[in-house]
Amino acid sequence: MSSTDNVEPHEHKHDHKSGGCYPLEYISDYVDGELADELCRELEAHMEHCENCRVVVNTMTKTIMLYHQLPAPEMPDAVKERLYKVLNLADLHPKENGAE
Amino acid sequence: MSNLDDQALVERLQAGDQFAYAELVEQHAGQVYRLALRMMGNEADAEDVLQETFLSAFKAIDRFEGRSSLSTWLYRIANNAALMRLRRNEPDQVSIDEPVERDDGDVMPRQFFDFCCLPEDDLMRDEARAEMQRAVDELTPTLRSVFIMRDIEGLSTQETAEALDLSVSAVKSRLMRARLKLREQLSAYFAQGPVIPEARASS
Ligand SMILES: [Zn+2]
Repeated sequence: MSSTDNVEPHEHKHDHKSGGCYPLEYISDYVDGELADELCRELEAHMEHCENCRVVVNTMTKTIMLYHQLPAPEMPDAVKERLYKVLNLADLHPKENGAE
Repeated sequence: MSNLDDQALVERLQAGDQFAYAELVEQHAGQVYRLALRMMGNEADAEDVLQETFLSAFKAIDRFEGRSSLSTWLYRIANNAALMRLRRNEPDQVSIDEPVERDDGDVMPRQFFDFCCLPEDDLMRDEARAEMQRAVDELTPTLRSVFIMRDIEGLSTQETAEALDLSVSAVKSRLMRARLKLREQLSAYFAQGPVIPEARASS
């Protein structure tokens, strides 16, 4: 298995602050495209020699994409009908054509 | 839906126009239900939250000042209703009286299996989706609502902050934690390799 469990990503030398990887906030901002340009370039340079950060960025991006692609749950018609009833709007419930 | 459209609808709602009430439900019940279902994890509780949300919204509409959109406002009411219900169901787990973040825990990445390049079929199979849902259910409610709004429903950071009465930086930090936890869990799951259910052989 290519997974390298339990390896701290912060073990190599790096010029950022305490000498580790970048704060995880940066990674989340980076994935959103909201990291300041300069930090962005620094992080990208860092990722060239830090596989762990690269994997975290890739898999975080993919995680978000997978969740985004989840089919949206549809509200069942019966739930909607009961909602109209509870709200005393039953008369205004738009009847689906053909349904009941 | 623009705030301008909102404004016209709000005026009618505040005047007690029944058709406006129905319109509000038509436009927003779907979004409220989706949030409720993802927060609660089951249909029965989601339906209760849906009903509570609109009942509260109708009562509070006179006080709606248009500082956020109707959509964001309803998200806020729905999220509060969901948290209340979660707290009732599991009093130990959810505390909204103490906003102290007990939910943080350790989010340091430990799984470095790069599952990005797995075939889409493996990533999208029902079982993987069930795992994704399970992972969301395991987030603490405060992280869960941020993640659902931002990354599943696609609200902006600003809208999420408004809906949750949080600062933008609090939203970002919770979102980061939620993402890291989910990433960790999915990595662990996919690292096991695709689990082919025997049943598949039948087709
Ligand atoms: Zn690194």
